[in-house]
Parts: sequence; structure tokens; C-alpha cells
Amino acid sequence: MTTDPRNHPAPTATHPPSWHRRLFEGRATFFAVATTLVISIGGLVEIVPMYSLSAGPEQLEGVTPYTPLELAGRDIYVSEGCYNCHSQMVRPFRDETLRYGAWSRAGEYAYDRPFQLGSRRIGPDLQRVGGKYPDAWHWEHLQDPRSTSPGSIMPPYPWLYKGTVDPADVQTSMRTLKTLGTPYSDQDIADAQTTMKVQQDKIVASLAGAGATAAPDTQVVALIAYLQRLGVDGRRAIKAREEAK
Amino acid sequence: MPAESQADAIALSAVDYDDAIVKKFIIACLAFGVVGMTVGLLLALELAWWPANAGIPYITFGRLRPLHTNAVIFAFTGNFIFAGVYYSMQRLLKTRMFSNVLSNIHFWGWQLIIVAAAISLPLGLTQGKEYAELIWPIDIAIAVIWVVFAINFFGTIAIRRVKHLYVAIWFYMSMVITIAVLHIVNNLALPAGMLKSYPVYAGMTDALVQWWYGHNAVGFLLTTPILGLMYYFLPKSVDRPVFSYRLSIIHFWALIFLYIWAGPHHLLYSALPDWAQTLGMVFSIMLIAPSWGGMLNGLLTLRGAWDKLRSDPIVKFWAVAVTFYGMSTFEGPMMSIRAVNSLSHYTDWTIGHVHSGALGWVGMAAFAMLYWLVPKVWKRELYSVKLASAHFWLATVGIVLYVVAMWSSGITQGLMWRAIDEAGQLRYPSFIDTVQELMPFYWIRLVGGSAYLTGMLMCCFNLVMTARNTPAGQPAAQPVAAK
Repeated sequence: MTTDPRNHPAPTATHPPSWHRRLFEGRATFFAVATTLVISIGGLVEIVPMYSLSAGPEQLEGVTPYTPLELAGRDIYVSEGCYNCHSQMVRPFRDETLRYGAWSRAGEYAYDRPFQLGSRRIGPDLQRVGGKYPDAWHWEHLQDPRSTSPGSIMPPYPWLYKGTVDPADVQTSMRTLKTLGTPYSDQDIADAQTTMKVQQDKIVASLAGAGATAAPDTQVVALIAYLQRLGVDGRRAIKAREEAK
Repeated sequence: MPAESQADAIALSAVDYDDAIVKKFIIACLAFGVVGMTVGLLLALELAWWPANAGIPYITFGRLRPLHTNAVIFAFTGNFIFAGVYYSMQRLLKTRMFSNVLSNIHFWGWQLIIVAAAISLPLGLTQGKEYAELIWPIDIAIAVIWVVFAINFFGTIAIRRVKHLYVAIWFYMSMVITIAVLHIVNNLALPAGMLKSYPVYAGMTDALVQWWYGHNAVGFLLTTPILGLMYYFLPKSVDRPVFSYRLSIIHFWALIFLYIWAGPHHLLYSALPDWAQTLGMVFSIMLIAPSWGGMLNGLLTLRGAWDKLRSDPIVKFWAVAVTFYGMSTFEGPMMSIRAVNSLSHYTDWTIGHVHSGALGWVGMAAFAMLYWLVPKVWKRELYSVKLASAHFWLATVGIVLYVVAMWSSGITQGLMWRAIDEAGQLRYPSFIDTVQELMPFYWIRLVGGSAYLTGMLMCCFNLVMTARNTPAGQPAAQPVAAK
């Protein structure tokens, strides 16, 4: 019988059985357990301390949860996969703070589930886009990106002007997030429909001022609410902290 | 030879290997490979020419890109790995798979998951975490099917008739275990209805867990199992033993230990705590050693078979695959150095890096294995060696065009973003100016991707014709018209 060259060197005089062969290769269960231990160490060492106050992400006072309408808008942002082209993470470089504004702090993301840092800027970073443009700019831009940004390669999103958001779904989301630790009170959740309406009407009125007619319950209104909130708390909190120094 | 071991040899030669399951995975790999790469091409077109989505929401870049990544990672590469694992582990352990039923549940379950992904992602149903976009009911299905695979895998090991596990099996095992851990931990979420959920992690913790997952999906799906396949199919293809057994031991343990730490290199200069960023950077740089250990073991196994490099397309595919593995595992650690990352991050350099690994290493290794394996399991001669050689050249040129275009694009844009004039102001304050500059590269990328996809189609044609070929050793069928 010829020895298959692909098998291990046979344990002969030239190839004595190695420690590895004795210890692992004939003992599959032990090998599997050892592998599990070896692949677990790195993850444990990196992830567990994230839950410690001293080593974990720094908190930032003044960052509050998204309003019901903003939350609905955020779900649309996630669903449309905006993170595939837009980051939400200003790095601490001079060019980035010049282009986008204050660099991002960990505490700003406290209520972001899922996180939307992104990995590629096919379009610009959006972490500080809140308040940068009027509502009507976003209305125009999402409908026809080139109307506000000549040369843009972003596709138009006309369906956001037809699709609607359902307050009952938002309440379900809020209840889920509350269970996970977002500080929504039961009152917040019960009032969600009213809170949404107020914020929707505000945006609709600001759009009307610019000559645009929006239906309050459309997805685009929710998305505008979210975009206008992005980075706002963080910017305010960072400023307050700097002034306090 | 003592009588006992002779009887053993006869019994071993009579093992009835299950190659039907291998064939199924091969067919799925080819079919989904074409789909995944075609979607990639459409995405490349959408970047070069924005109206390409024709106003259809389901195929906008944001919804379609996850379909591309999921299709090529889990459908093309997944089925490629399973085909190779099912074929090789039966032979290495000299036994049939533990359970036919589990093999088939694994196969059909996996394909159903892919179909579910192909429907849900264009509809905008997503968790919004890269490479973990699939919604929670599909995630549960993945976990269940993975456990089915694991039972089948360890069951086969339990009934093995070869005592010692060959190095390929170690690498497969690391995949089976680690992917289960990564998938479950990263997808822990609380449902808010049937189609939506929120992760149990928030903000930077979610980011860290996600990139621990994302980076190790690369490590334990696109790297270790394929190294395992290399350890089986490359020596088979050149009929030479593996260069060094000792090297395989060292690089196996070092690779699986170090890989897990490297995730935070995706979050350099982010709001992730500094200690975690530094760990990610340091471990990424250390990863060069075991990665190159694997590359050297592969390349040095080819040593002495270099004459075949001219005549045998399978050897050509292996040589280029292993070379690209070495290249991208050098590039990755470089990009994990903070100073380099500050330029490369958020640019197309990352896309280029990923594709030198995906097209160069994973894809070329898949083709090498398929051109060897399809004739074996269908028991036919390869339909056309020339066509396979043409595929090799087309794919290689395609990768080079793709990667060079993305390097150029990434470095161009990275430099434009950071350019500051004498007055201390941005030289290119308009973001769009930095995008417009990339258009020529996007068209070149499209040409490179088209070449690669054309090669893939040639491969499919060649392998289908191989399967339909006259069985080896039988006379050609009589022409029907001879009546």
C-alpha cells in the first residue's frame, strides 16, 4: 500500500510522532474544545470591557433618545441602506472638522441601534448634517439630488414621498427599545402618536413656507426629521463641555 | 503487509462516498456565483452612471449592495466551501458523511436562506449591519442550518476510519465553530415584529461587536476554510506533499488566535476607546506572520511543479490565488496602521483590498478547485483545457484592472479630502468634486468586473459541458443521424 503524500508524514524514524499529533490530531473533541478556547480569547478581551464604565465608551451628558418621528425616520435610513454610501463618524482630523464639524464622541451614539457609522463615503459624512440645511433642502435633495447638489451620483428616492409611517409600528419599536434600555417612559410611548403629529406638522409647515406641499405621514417627512436631528445633541453637548472648562 | 491491515485497505477502498451532495453544492456555487457577480456589476454601473437603477427602489445601491455581498460571501463562497469540505473530508476520514439526511437538510436549507435573502434585501428588510443584514427570522434559520452542518461535520469525524485529523480538517473545524459563535453573538437582537429587530448592543459597542463579526467572517469564512481546501486540493492538483507539516501547525494556531483580535482596525480614529483601537492595530500587524506562513506553505508545495504552470490551468489558478492571498494579507495589516488608515479609510482603497482578496484569493481558489473537482465527481474529462486557460487570463486581467482602479480611486479621493491650502482651508470644499474625479476609475472597474464575470460564465459553460461529456474511458456515443 502506498502512502498518500497528502497525509501526514507517517510516524517513522524520520518523522517521529510530533507533540501536536499526540496531543490534538487523534483527539477530535479535545481539538475542538481547544479551538473554541483559542478563538474566544480575543473577542472576550475586547468586548467585555465595553460594558465597564472606565474602559467602555465615554458617556456624553445631554444626549437624549430619538423622538418617535425621528425613530421612524432612522428606520427608513437603515432600511434604504443609506449607510452603504454615507458614514456617521467625523474623525479627529483638521480636514474633517473643517468639512463636517466637531469630531464624533462615543456618547453621541448611546441610543443608536443599530450603529450606522458606515465604512465607505461614496457621499459625504452625515454625522453633523442636522440643522446644516433647511427642511426644504432635504425635500428637494431626496427627490432630485442634482437639484441641490449638481454632479451628485445619488439616486432619487421618489417612493419616500408616497410611502407612509404607521404610529403603531413606531410604538412597537419604542417598546422594544425601552426593554433594551433606551429611556422611553410609558407616557412617551402612549403619547407617541401625538408627539409624531406635532413634529410632522412642524416640518410640513416649514416645507410649505418654501412652497412644497407634503403629506404629514409620509416617509420623507420622517426621514427629514431624523436627518435634522443627526449630531445635534452631540454638537450641543460638546460645546457645553468646552465652555464649562 | 499483515493480513489485518490488508483487509482494512480493502474495506477502505470500498467506502461509498456521497458525491451527489458535492455535485449539488457545486451547481449552487456556480449559479449563485453568476448572480452575485452580476449584481456586483450592476452596482459598479450605478456608481459610474447614477440613472442605472431606472428609478426602481428594489435595485438602488443602498438596498442592492448588501445582496451582492451576501450573495458572493454566503452563496458563492459558502457553496464552494461546502462542496470542497464534503468531498475532501469523506476522503480524508475514509468514511461517508455521517448522515445523508443532514447533508440534504444542510444543502436545501442553505439555498432557501439565500433565496430568502434575495427577496428580503431588495425589499429593504435589513438589520443595517454590514454582512449581517439579514432579518432575525432568517438569522435563526442560518443558526439552525449551521447546527445541522456542525452535527453532520462532527458526526463524520466521530465515525472516521483514519485516526489522525489532517490539517485541512483543522481549518474546517475552526470555521464550523467560529462562524457559529460570531453569527449568534453579533445577531443578538430583540424583535419588534416579524420583520424588524433592534440589536442588544448600542452605539460603539454595537460597532465593535459588528466588526469583530465582520472581520472574522473574512477570517473564518473567506480565509481558514479556503486554506483548508488549499491543503487538500492544491497538493492533489500537483501530486506533491504539503511543503511543511510543522509550518501548518504553527500558522494554524497563530492564525485562529490572532484573527479574532483584529476587528477594531475597521474603527480606527472612530469614537471607539483607544485601547481597543490599538489592540486591533497591533494584532492586525501580527497577522502578517501566520498569513504568510499559509501562503508560503501553499507556494512551496507548488515548488517542483512549476513546469505544470505553463500547461495546467488548475496550477495557474492556485499559483495566482495563493499569491493574491499573500498580497492582500500584506495590504490588510498595512491598512491597519493608523497613519495609512487615515488615508485609506472610507475610500475605494478598502473596496480594492476586499476584492483583491475576494476575486484574487477566494475566486481563483474556487476555480482551481472546480476545474479539478468537476471532472472527478462527474467522472469525465474536462471539456476544454484551452477555455480554462483563457478564463484564467481573463480573470487575472480583470482583477488587476479592478484593483488598480480602486487603489487609484481611493488614494485620489483620500488625498483630495485632506488637501488644505495655504490659507488653512480645504482645497476641495465641494465633496462632489472629489466624487467626479473618480468616474474614469469607476468605468475601468466596470471593465475589470465584466472581464471577471465573463470568465465566470466561461467556467460555467466549460463545467456544464464537462458534466455532459462522454464518460471517461467509454467510446463516444454514435451520432444519431447514422441511421
